[in-house]
Amino acid sequence: MTNMAAACSTIDPWLAHRATVDRMTAETPGVATYDLVFADTEIAGRYSFLPGQFNMLYLPGVGEIAISISGDPAESSRLPHTIRVAGNVTRELARLGEGGSLGLRGPFGSSWPLDDCRKKDIILVAGGIGLAPLRPAIYGLLHDRDQFGQLTLLYGSRTPAGLLYTQEYDHWRSQGLDVQTTVDRVTDGWNGNVGVVTTLLERLVLPQPENTALFTCGPEVMMWYTIQSARECGIPERNLFVSLERNMNCAVGLCGHCQFGPEFICKDGPVFRYDRVASILKVHDL
Amino acid sequence: MDCGTEVRRTEFLPTDQLSTLIATLRADGFRTIGPTIDQGAIIYDEIESADELPRGWTDRQEAGKYRLEKRDDDAYFGYVVGPHSWKRFLFPPSAVVATADRGDAGWDLRTPDHEPPRYAFLGVRACEIAAMKVQDRVFLEGPYVDPIYKKRRDAAFIVAVNCTQAASTCFCTSMQTGPRCKGGFDLALTEIDGGFIIESGSAAGDDVLQRLPTAPADETAFARAESARQQAVDQITKTMDAEGLRDLLLQNLDHPRWDEVATRCLSCTNCTMVCPTCFCSSVSEVSDLTGDHVERHRQWDSCFNIDFSYMNGGVVRNGIRSRYRQWLTHKLASWHDQFDTSGCVGCGRCITWCPVEIDLTEEVAAIRRSPGDPSRPAADTESKP
Repeated sequence: MTNMAAACSTIDPWLAHRATVDRMTAETPGVATYDLVFADTEIAGRYSFLPGQFNMLYLPGVGEIAISISGDPAESSRLPHTIRVAGNVTRELARLGEGGSLGLRGPFGSSWPLDDCRKKDIILVAGGIGLAPLRPAIYGLLHDRDQFGQLTLLYGSRTPAGLLYTQEYDHWRSQGLDVQTTVDRVTDGWNGNVGVVTTLLERLVLPQPENTALFTCGPEVMMWYTIQSARECGIPERNLFVSLERNMNCAVGLCGHCQFGPEFICKDGPVFRYDRVASILKVHDL
Repeated sequence: MDCGTEVRRTEFLPTDQLSTLIATLRADGFRTIGPTIDQGAIIYDEIESADELPRGWTDRQEAGKYRLEKRDDDAYFGYVVGPHSWKRFLFPPSAVVATADRGDAGWDLRTPDHEPPRYAFLGVRACEIAAMKVQDRVFLEGPYVDPIYKKRRDAAFIVAVNCTQAASTCFCTSMQTGPRCKGGFDLALTEIDGGFIIESGSAAGDDVLQRLPTAPADETAFARAESARQQAVDQITKTMDAEGLRDLLLQNLDHPRWDEVATRCLSCTNCTMVCPTCFCSSVSEVSDLTGDHVERHRQWDSCFNIDFSYMNGGVVRNGIRSRYRQWLTHKLASWHDQFDTSGCVGCGRCITWCPVEIDLTEEVAAIRRSPGDPSRPAADTESKP
């Protein structure tokens, strides 16, 4: 995991940069991807991010939210953010439309450890909108496809209509990513897998579990059972990575909101090696 | 402010020259902040002369109780710490962190660049210097620096006062933060009959000291100062066993005491508001009627507020049990993981200002009396979901 924070220490962490919604793409019901570009080309040129990191998106007078970047880290001139309408800021953002102006500060937080996982088989397990923070990792893995072993994406959604980025699956498959999906509830026309995402994991044949890494992002309960299944499959705890979520306000470890036991999700996470947070994940209401 | 620990020079300052110290600091451009009486409590506010200090007053403090009383002498600093801490000047309760103005090309986003006042703090106690050092770790020594805190902290001049008495709520000796000021000040005073022993702890302190009408301190004055400071040590009765405290608390996240304290705690946030190290905050949007000019106001917040852990349509710490546990385990345990120090300096404010007399030292002692099995990792019996 790389922390970009040190490089930012001389900059006022509260300074947001002007950005514009360049394109809005409807994804699934209530979810859209907003491609953001910086107004200032110099800032755009300086900006880079790692898979799993997030930005703070700011609508003056409305508020600010933490959203993971869902685009290709090699293509940082356009920053896609896949967002579900859930509260004031996301609702207002949906109304803003293409050409709308907003503030952006970031990137913040830790990232999926792609470099440390070279030569390994890698399993990505996502639930619902949890695929968004993993998509940059997919792009990164496929850019350097020959550096990794078997690559698998196990993706679960409540309904077929909730599956994100479906138009990309065939392309990903052609580049060497085994994409498997499952849904909780069947609707007309679905003849794929039904059931929780861990059933896909349990079914998976792992040629070398000890040399396999797993990245997971989704509801905490889903990640919890995914981790338990992965341990039973023989994947070592040091190779398990989770992306956690808490309320973020400052994004730089100064406001206290996102604390989870000793961790600040914003600056120590959101991506954690599982063994670092294993004991606190068990505590109710922490 | 130089955080040197060596006392560089020691003099005697006659009582009637305390005003000269204040006048000198004000002439140097400092806004002088000191203890003064307001609404029945000794608080910190701007003072222009020694006349505004609570001379001849003392405070009587217990769990849930704070009373001012007349002293039988006219000491300037014959009390301990009140509901305020210096935090309110270095990390203001409300501050603008950013602004946004709508223009033709979109939002113009800025952060404030004005210089804050240069504060001189008069009457800073040892536990309060320790609290500043704790907040330095939070706001200055992590990967990101808080610009608001940094400007104020860098410019501050600190006149410490060595305590010569203690309240029943004081336990600085347990936290090894006092009562003697051992650095982190520009000047330090010890009040004795007829005046003060005044020590300088920095070059800035030397510069002020050499302009004051002091006299050499003699052996008698030194002995009196030592005995006055010892009186504070002798009066401290409260203790908190800090040995292994981090591990004790983290191994007892499901201790029944959390349920018990939750029946008493009102989740009123008083403890976090008076704590000199609590740093939680929230930013809110304040816009004019046109919506074209917006200020982002950062205000103190508290982990006892139910909305503090709001996320995705729910709150993580819904019950008082989990909120009290968050506060105490953060303060005394996970603070070590985060900042390599305890978050508690032993000032006792949270005890005094708790309306239902919750005393964190008693909560710790209760858990220590009947700890869970330390060989078990935290809360191993409880599983998700």
